[in-house]
Amino acid sequence: MSIPFILFFVFAAIAVLGAVLLILAREPIHSALSLIVVMVSLAVLYLLLGAEFIAAVQIIVYAGAVMVLFVFVIMLLNAGVEERTNWSKMAKYAGLPLAFFLLLEIAHWMWRSAIGTKIANGVGAVNPAAVSTVDLSTLLFRDYLFPFEATSILILIAILGALVLAKRGE
Amino acid sequence: MFILNHLWIILALPLLGAGINGLFGKNWPKAAVNSVGIGSVSLSFLSVLEVLREFLQTDMSHAWFQRYFNWISVGRFSVDFALSVDQLTIVMLLVVTFVSMLVHIYSAGYMAHEGGYYRFFSYLNLFVFFMLTLVLAANLILMFVGWEGVGLCSYLLIGFWFLKKSAADAGKKAFITTRLGDFGFTIGILLAFWTFHSVDFGTIFGQASSMAPESATGIGILTAICLLLFAGAVGKSAQLPLYVWLPDAMEGPTPVSALIHAATMVTAGVYMVARMHPLFSRAPLAMFVVAVVGAATAFYSATIGVLQTDIKKVLAYSTVSQLGYMFLGCGVGAYAAGIFHLMTHAFFKGLLFLAAGSVIHAMNGEQDMRKMGGLRRKIPVTYWTMFFATLAIAGIPGFSGFFSKDEILEAARTGPQANFWLWLLGVVGAGITSFYMFRLVFLTFFGKARYDEKKVHVHESPRSMTVPLVILAICAVAGGWFAAPHVIGGTDYFDSFLHPVFASYPTPAGMVMQSNALASGASVATEVASSPGMELMRALTGWPVIVAVLGLLLAWWFYIRRPDAAKRAMQSMRGLYTLIYNKYYVDEIYAALFVRPLLWISINVLWHVVDEKVIDGTLNSIAHVSREAGGQVRELQSGNARSYAAWVVVGAVGFTILLLGLGIWMVR
Amino acid sequence: MSVVPISYYLVLSAILFGLGVIAFVFKRNIITIFMAIELMLNAVNLAFVAFARAHNQLDGLVFVFFVIVVAAAEAAVGLAIVITIAHNRRSLNVEDVNLLKF
Repeated sequence: MSIPFILFFVFAAIAVLGAVLLILAREPIHSALSLIVVMVSLAVLYLLLGAEFIAAVQIIVYAGAVMVLFVFVIMLLNAGVEERTNWSKMAKYAGLPLAFFLLLEIAHWMWRSAIGTKIANGVGAVNPAAVSTVDLSTLLFRDYLFPFEATSILILIAILGALVLAKRGE
Repeated sequence: MFILNHLWIILALPLLGAGINGLFGKNWPKAAVNSVGIGSVSLSFLSVLEVLREFLQTDMSHAWFQRYFNWISVGRFSVDFALSVDQLTIVMLLVVTFVSMLVHIYSAGYMAHEGGYYRFFSYLNLFVFFMLTLVLAANLILMFVGWEGVGLCSYLLIGFWFLKKSAADAGKKAFITTRLGDFGFTIGILLAFWTFHSVDFGTIFGQASSMAPESATGIGILTAICLLLFAGAVGKSAQLPLYVWLPDAMEGPTPVSALIHAATMVTAGVYMVARMHPLFSRAPLAMFVVAVVGAATAFYSATIGVLQTDIKKVLAYSTVSQLGYMFLGCGVGAYAAGIFHLMTHAFFKGLLFLAAGSVIHAMNGEQDMRKMGGLRRKIPVTYWTMFFATLAIAGIPGFSGFFSKDEILEAARTGPQANFWLWLLGVVGAGITSFYMFRLVFLTFFGKARYDEKKVHVHESPRSMTVPLVILAICAVAGGWFAAPHVIGGTDYFDSFLHPVFASYPTPAGMVMQSNALASGASVATEVASSPGMELMRALTGWPVIVAVLGLLLAWWFYIRRPDAAKRAMQSMRGLYTLIYNKYYVDEIYAALFVRPLLWISINVLWHVVDEKVIDGTLNSIAHVSREAGGQVRELQSGNARSYAAWVVVGAVGFTILLLGLGIWMVR
Repeated sequence: MSVVPISYYLVLSAILFGLGVIAFVFKRNIITIFMAIELMLNAVNLAFVAFARAHNQLDGLVFVFFVIVVAAAEAAVGLAIVITIAHNRRSLNVEDVNLLKF
């Protein structure tokens, strides 16, 4: 077993554990913290995959801003109320089996897909030269310039929307 | 040849009268309605006289044919609006327009105090229009139009006082009963078209003339057609077993009874049989059926007439009976004799009805003869005209009925298709006819008044009513001399006039003969060559005369000489009396056999089950299913965000599976 | 040298996504449901990165970048809505958000 494998399994397990805890937690704050655990372990996995920039962005933006926002809102709304899951009929009879089925299905096909086998045979060595931030930003600002700018406007709209909504809430 | 080239005028006149009176007559004074109604029919009558005059100028060997336009054209089925005139048509036209005209004049007086005056004249004119269409038609379909049209007008006029339930019911009964016959008639027309590929008389008869007569034992195609057409006649002309509507039809005003149910509509069946004689002559079985039905009806209906107490009902059963004689005449091949009786019957029966109307009018609406009596000095004109009519119908020598009835019975006795039993039925029926008709006269006009003379002020009818009576009486007396057979040294104008019609399309020699000349006894091989004197003796001492006189004497005995004898006879034959008095319970039998089961089926099966459960049920359940489905779908929009979420997942999963599957299938 | 096959990452992504769906369907608190959405997005991001590595292309990473940005924006607006709802309905139970009826 080489280090990448061990790292992978460890942090994959932590991610899954975090997700399970998210489901099983009774208080939302616990769910939030579990989600942070998941995100951090995912960041590690990104590193393993050679996507340093993305890993950094994940930590900074996702774990650092979005989850903080979540925690703030939870604290703001005093969402500490114990909740008991009241399973709706549709969820009870269709949700769980469907979700499992979806999971298995996707996993099965991914496992057996041509891509999977191709990759499993040696492709995918970490090649630092290919995943440099410079290359990423070149792609971002040249080929994907329009989506980039559109996303900027989207953020602007989101800010405005959040402002308006939060203000009216009083 | 003006009118012969414009035959449509004869039809247009009464139609115009009906339309004008119907649309505008409501607020007109009676005189205006009168003039339109009577005027249109009178003009029609004058036109018919002109037709006769013009036709006499032609060679009269064939029909005068007028085609106006193509009415129906569907595939191979083509019907023209075409009219034709031959001697038979002219006889019918004369009878119809002449009697109609007189009845219209009479109605002006009779209906003077009735509501709906304009409506009455409108319907009467409409009836004349349809009857003329029937008579003038040159093909089966147009004749059927007239046939149905007169049925409609009969319904409208019987139920003229539609607010009276019995009148409305009688109208329905008439229409429905004749409908049964018309069903057979329609199938007959279809069968005729299927056989001859045309409904035009000329074409059909032309093809038929090359067909051999069918056997009297099987039912060939011609026999089938004739029997089906005759079924229509059984309904329309009130023969057994579809006669039940005619007595009930007396609910209508008396002029209606006189015109429609004595002189014209009911004779349509006889006219039809006579018109279709080329077919009937080749279908011996059908002719036999016609004769049997005619004779049986004649006898049967006469027996019922003996015990009826309503003056109009007696005349109604008498009409049924006399129609039977007409069919008997046609059935034994004496078509001209049948038509002759039709003509004389129109005169004396029309007169009888109008006179009865006069009596009823005089008695302020009373129709029960048991409440009359001794009227002859109070309403003399009515009495004498009715008396002459009775002499005619009874067949007393010298009067018109004698000549026509004697011809028929003679044909039944010695004609080419003579039948002893039919003749016997006819003769006995004649005797009974004489009996009950004189009974009617004696009960009404003789004896003591059996009503309260202080309460009922009997008065003679106005001129508008009595003048037609007198005119008809003259015809009833003199009309017979037209066809005085060679017997009396007279010339049979009538028969020779009609001869070309019935001699056309002859069957091969040795088979059925149509010409009436043979049936009147002038040259039958079985008879000894006779001189006019011998014929006269035979006629005067023949059975018809004997039974007629017997009937008269019996009636005199029972109703004048010994009135209580009637009561004693009734008591001694209680059972038979009750049976006949209740008209053999035929109405009750029909009600139980047909009407009630049909009603039961209509209500319980067709209404409750088919209409309510099946049809309504299907629609309701469709609506119910829709509503339920809608209700179910509506619950998707529960407002419950979680279920929305769940549905989103379901949709996403489903879509994913779909795409994956698609991808697999494509990569495969 | 042994490399972790990409398929492993993909399986992990699937597992995380499925867990996210389960949480989305079965939890009652609105905020928890939101977090489940974020979890799903993360799982998808993992898949994208894995494929980017597999094809040796950076386009996958660009996509991940955008996903993260949009997820952030969405979280901001969404939580603002949640706050509004919480103020109005005085409850964070998703079943109390039931006015979307007509």
